[in-house]
Amino acid sequence: MNRKGRYLRAAGVTSVALASLAMMATSSGASSSTIAKGKPVVIGISLSLSGDFSADGLAFKQGYQLWADTVNKNGGLLGHQVKLDIVSDASSPAQVVTNYQKLISLDHVNLTVGPFSSLLSLPAARAVDRYGYAMVEGAGGAPSVFQAGLTNLFDVSMPVKDALVPFAKWIASLPANKRPKSVAYVTTNDAFTEPQIPVAKAIISAAGVKTKYYSVFPAETTDYTPIADAVAAAKAQVVVLGSVDVPTVSAFMQAFEQAHYNPQAFIATGGPDQGTAFSSVVGLKNANGVMVPNAWYGSATTPGSQAMVAAYIKKYGGTAATVSADVAEAYSVGQVINQAVVATKGFDNKKIIAYLHSGVTLTSVQGGVKFDKLGENNTATAFTFQWQGSKFVQVNPTADKASKPILYPKPVWGS
Amino acid sequence: MNSSALIHALLDGVLTGSVYALMATGLTLIFGVMNIINIAQGILVILGAYLSYTLSVHFGIDLFVGLIITIPTLFVVGVVVERLFMARLKGPERTSMSILVTYAISLIIEGALNMIYSINIVQLKAWYVDKSFPIFGVYLPYIYLFGFILAVALLASLYVMLYRTRFGASIRASLADQVAAALVGINVKRVSTICFGLGIAVTAAGGMVYGATNAFNASTSYDLISRLLTIIVLGGMGSLGGALLAAILMVTLGDVVAVVWSPIWSSPTFFFVLVIVLSLRPQGLFGKQSARVA
Repeated sequence: MNRKGRYLRAAGVTSVALASLAMMATSSGASSSTIAKGKPVVIGISLSLSGDFSADGLAFKQGYQLWADTVNKNGGLLGHQVKLDIVSDASSPAQVVTNYQKLISLDHVNLTVGPFSSLLSLPAARAVDRYGYAMVEGAGGAPSVFQAGLTNLFDVSMPVKDALVPFAKWIASLPANKRPKSVAYVTTNDAFTEPQIPVAKAIISAAGVKTKYYSVFPAETTDYTPIADAVAAAKAQVVVLGSVDVPTVSAFMQAFEQAHYNPQAFIATGGPDQGTAFSSVVGLKNANGVMVPNAWYGSATTPGSQAMVAAYIKKYGGTAATVSADVAEAYSVGQVINQAVVATKGFDNKKIIAYLHSGVTLTSVQGGVKFDKLGENNTATAFTFQWQGSKFVQVNPTADKASKPILYPKPVWGS
Repeated sequence: MNSSALIHALLDGVLTGSVYALMATGLTLIFGVMNIINIAQGILVILGAYLSYTLSVHFGIDLFVGLIITIPTLFVVGVVVERLFMARLKGPERTSMSILVTYAISLIIEGALNMIYSINIVQLKAWYVDKSFPIFGVYLPYIYLFGFILAVALLASLYVMLYRTRFGASIRASLADQVAAALVGINVKRVSTICFGLGIAVTAAGGMVYGATNAFNASTSYDLISRLLTIIVLGGMGSLGGALLAAILMVTLGDVVAVVWSPIWSSPTFFFVLVIVLSLRPQGLFGKQSARVA
């Protein structure tokens, strides 16, 4: 073959390849806005069913499944049964991208909803954005997630940066003779935890409470003992722990108990909100008095909340106090998707994105949902919850009628 | 910096390091004798922890007493795995193939554990898990002390077995040169099977102590295997003494840096030391150059 022939052949092959790619892009990229009668609506979800976030991943799976069960029992979504296509991402930001690409390109899911954690929600939202899909999620509230400027991302839960504000305000509001004199701040360098600490510290410091210890530790830490021992050695009266999971909180609590260190107040940003997954590991006696910021708890009286809790107990067992807040976050995602689909009368992701950006106020078991232009739900209220005996109760804001008196000082470990 | 926190970090480093040494010893023994890199060591540690959990929760057996059951059980698991999978690996690609095969075994065990125990986090409980006693101005947890004593006892037993028994001589001969060992009448195949069993059996003890000091589920094994591999690379692959020293060095250095400087610098400092050591001694602290060649 002469040179011209080779060029022509190369050009031909390139054209065919480009045309094929274009066809693949159009056929697999855009979601189908209409579903044939009798066919289910398939929702693609990547969840951390192994790895660091596996306990949260399981709770999210339960939340999504409960929502799907409820919808299907009531005739489905616009008459279509909801089918969840769940794949595991092993808590890996790389795998979560691969998973959503697979869900959209190969499984041709109609809608996608979010994974667990800010760490995974951002790459997940970026991945589905390339295909024009909406990403409604319940556990990606870190500021860095919204700073990415994605227009397809919507977090139904409370933005995390203000989560500790009610707790910090409560500390600051205590009478001088009851107010603690010192605080220790220790946090993992996670997008979910780190932004919360400076906000709380500013409020608490302004009230004259001295910072005795401040340290950031890497998320991949496996031996927490020296860090916890250093916190214990500082002997601060309050400990604010930036944690994302149960093992981290459990390790700190165990080290504190071993060091005979009993802070008057102990709050962890994540872990104590996971119901039985937390209390069974640390023991109810040790959990007594431990606080956690969140937007929902098992006894919440928001519309639909108790029905969801009842369905949870029927399906998975336990009590209202042992239902993880993750379950409500995932369930809320489903509720928001449901309302958007009904309002737009279809499964067109473009219309759903536009609708969610329209300023409409939606409902969820966590309370009202209204998205700003970044996809943050700024109507969500931050609460503080506390383990009191076998109960997990709301204690903050103290002015709220549903709030119980705070157990302060916290009982010593194991009592 | 608080001096009691530093003392605590040093004590914690030595005591916890010995338990990591116990887990890593099994890994390095298996590599030394069989040229097999057992990626499944991490999940087998967790299997050991779950076995202790089952005996403790469902049968009320004390964690340390339960080792009478879990150590032989994991020895049998090791022997079965070796016979079913490892013995079939032959040829020059044996070492690299062993990584793939043991990774597959790891995934199978992880899946089975997730099915049996679910992915919820658990932790081993006993009176000595949360209690501590004062020493040198700090509180030392009983579990760390008991774990250290257990690790020293098992490592000493392993040492006696290796250096004071006829079978130990067979193992050391196989460690040095498998072909020469076979030529002098040592049944290298049998030695390999028993070594693999022993290497896995020690994970029962390591897993029990790990499970009492850390909340865990099957996924925790990924953190563990990366640490164990780092230990045997630093100590020298195939070197038992190297594994002991490297484990204590790794944990102590990390703990002290966390207290003196910042937890953020714990891992980078250790890996900086690792790179320096490997630059000067590619075979690790106590490894033989030939031991790194399959």
